[in-house]
Amino acid sequence: MRVINFAHGDMMVWGMYLAWLLATRLGIDPYLGFVGCAAALFVVGLVVQRGLVDRIVDAPHEMQILLMLGVALVLENGALLAFGPEPQRVRSALTLSTFWLGPLFVDVARLVTFAVAVALSLALYLFLFGTDLGRTIRAAADNAYGALVIGADVRRVYAVAFGIGAACVGAAGALVSPFLPFQPSAGLAASVTSFNIVIIGGMGSLLGAFVGGLLVSVAESLGAVFLAPSLKELVSFSLLILILLFRPAGLFGRRAG
Amino acid sequence: MARPVLEVRGLSKHFGGLEAVKDLSFDVDEGQIVGLIGPNGAGKTTVFAMLSGFLRPDAGEVGFRGCAITGLPPHRVNALGLARTFQIVRPFLHLSVLRNVTVGALGRQPRPREAERQATAILEEVGLATKREQPAGSLTLAERKRLELARALATQPVLLLLDEVMAGLGAAETERIVELVRRINRRGIAILLIEHVMRAVMSLSERLVVLNYGERIAEGRPEAVAGDPRVIEAYLGEGDAGAAPA
Amino acid sequence: MRWAALAALGVLIALPAVVGSYTLTVLIFVFFYAYLGQAWNIVGGYAGQLSVGHAAFVGIGAYTAAMLSLGAGLTPWLGMFVGGALSAALGAVIGYLGFRFGLRGFYFVLLTVAFAEICRIVALNTEAIGGAQGLYITFTGNPRQFQFPDNRAYYYIALGLMLAATAVVWTIERKRFGIYLTAIREDEDACQALGVDTFKYKMLAMVVSSFLTGVGGTFYAFYLFSLQPNTVFGIPLSVEIVIRPIVGGAGTLGGPILGSFILSPLAELSRFYFARGGWSGAHLIVYGGLLILVVLFLPQGAYPYLRRLLARRA
Repeated sequence: MRVINFAHGDMMVWGMYLAWLLATRLGIDPYLGFVGCAAALFVVGLVVQRGLVDRIVDAPHEMQILLMLGVALVLENGALLAFGPEPQRVRSALTLSTFWLGPLFVDVARLVTFAVAVALSLALYLFLFGTDLGRTIRAAADNAYGALVIGADVRRVYAVAFGIGAACVGAAGALVSPFLPFQPSAGLAASVTSFNIVIIGGMGSLLGAFVGGLLVSVAESLGAVFLAPSLKELVSFSLLILILLFRPAGLFGRRAG
Repeated sequence: MARPVLEVRGLSKHFGGLEAVKDLSFDVDEGQIVGLIGPNGAGKTTVFAMLSGFLRPDAGEVGFRGCAITGLPPHRVNALGLARTFQIVRPFLHLSVLRNVTVGALGRQPRPREAERQATAILEEVGLATKREQPAGSLTLAERKRLELARALATQPVLLLLDEVMAGLGAAETERIVELVRRINRRGIAILLIEHVMRAVMSLSERLVVLNYGERIAEGRPEAVAGDPRVIEAYLGEGDAGAAPA
Repeated sequence: MRWAALAALGVLIALPAVVGSYTLTVLIFVFFYAYLGQAWNIVGGYAGQLSVGHAAFVGIGAYTAAMLSLGAGLTPWLGMFVGGALSAALGAVIGYLGFRFGLRGFYFVLLTVAFAEICRIVALNTEAIGGAQGLYITFTGNPRQFQFPDNRAYYYIALGLMLAATAVVWTIERKRFGIYLTAIREDEDACQALGVDTFKYKMLAMVVSSFLTGVGGTFYAFYLFSLQPNTVFGIPLSVEIVIRPIVGGAGTLGGPILGSFILSPLAELSRFYFARGGWSGAHLIVYGGLLILVVLFLPQGAYPYLRRLLARRA
């Protein structure tokens, strides 16, 4: 996909707040609630793509950037308006349960998050490579015109792809909400981290996203260890600049035409 | 004896495993019209990209009016007097027709008013004077092709590279462009043209260079080249006998 | 058109005599943001290089003038040019990296955002310039220190800044430089084929734009008397700078001014409304919505639309 989503991080933050709402209002544990968050964000993604991005597909690239910037502003400040600026955290039954696995101290909540994230990524992989719709999405990402020629409804495919992307970040937000305090302004940092990951890994490459995620996380953690914690962001942004300059196509991606 | 204005020696370029241009050499003499022809995918546009500085060759030299221009950026190449047009025309869609041509003229004439005067004269010459105030986006394909030519002309080139300026045009329009190219050439501007419209190339060119799979397979006067068995085979091999020079 | 502009100018000059201090304050922000928008317009509008990191230049200009004044006693009237020069230097670095490495569109946006954010984090963590606390300028009311007891002085300075930036852009528009910039925005490769050194002109646009923005930082510091890294280097300020020319019409002379006259009062209103409800910062939701609407329905901005409308009447 070539649509660049400025609102990526803000969508994740909304996933977190939805999990928080589900937990505090309905008593649903985020480890179940993430399904609902994913569904809600899927709809948001679908609407943004269908109702907004779709209308300007032929406009210059700049227009799309501005549009997504507008969406990001609305989402971030909508969250601010709805939930206030204070950091929140979602309680889960699993948050406090830990056990020792030999010499390893295991936090159950993190373990479950990790397991579900891996499962979701695998599911995404199987979807993209194993189903007809998935293959069509990859074809449309490669060559919209070609996909059009073979009779794919490119607009519908894009909308679904965008929705799935949003659903994934929504689920991710819900899954990390038990141990990652969040506030409306966290969206940008999350967006930058995911850009770093995607650009390092290469746009449109799943394996790349995995490796990129690993590299970026290690670099950011190292930065946090060796520098003051407040300088952690400095590492992500410096990393972003270096990535932009030296790896525009990523480790595993193909260079965009 | 005419001296060469463009000397291409051993030009090569490959993309991944594909050798787009292989060890290509040819000259264009001062004031000459040379046609660069060949089946689709023969590497013609890649040659243009290398000559005009948009693509760095893997090997080989390009000499222009006695200087080596290999590896120079496009704007420097243009400043030396080598202008090109794009196969898929690229007008500044939201700027007026006059503005489009003025941008070309400003390279030699920094004063906008004077550059605009020159641009107006060129628009008269290519027959777009009545459209000067319209945005370039409102022009038809045929008009855009002429605008593309006018813009390149405004940079006052010594050598003009024309990439399929007749493709997609009707017979009458093609005739107009052929006439225009002739007129430009009569002012002493050498022209290297890529063209699929065979009748036009044959009648315009003094010499043809034929490419196939990135290699020069023939060179010479149009009549001689047209009868060359390798050329006929290259075109027939493409399975498109209609495009064969005849 | 010319007479209308002159008449409007006359009204603006006479206005402080009749309006109250609140209106005056709103107008000061209208002019100041129109100035910043006009400065951005050179690189973002005419040259089409979307920078969403112009807050960095405001911040550097503001901090430089304030530090020079507080630490070395240099008058901000000179400090503003030092601030402008430092901003231009950063602009040159960003431009060089962005243009040399061929970062276009979205990638250029990210580059500018990253630089602004790095400035913000560095300022937050540098105790010598006040760290997270920021800098406070004590009010002396001394004009030599760019301080005036009378709000009208700030009004005329802000108006002057706006007019000066507009004059700069007006001049650029008429020169080869400006013609090249609009062509670069349309198609860079075609420009190069026509002999335009696009790198040089984009750099020039970036340097002029960041210099002017940096000069504006001095006004920011000495009008508001306080500087915090999160406000002067923050993304919200960059958005404030970008959104006015885009709403008004990017790459047009009148766009930033029109945009500021539309948006600054609106921002003031929504900020007032949201701040009263305890949601400071939430006025950006209005900007977001407006940005979406402009992209969908008025992609050229309001100014070209208004001109067409007026032309049809006449």
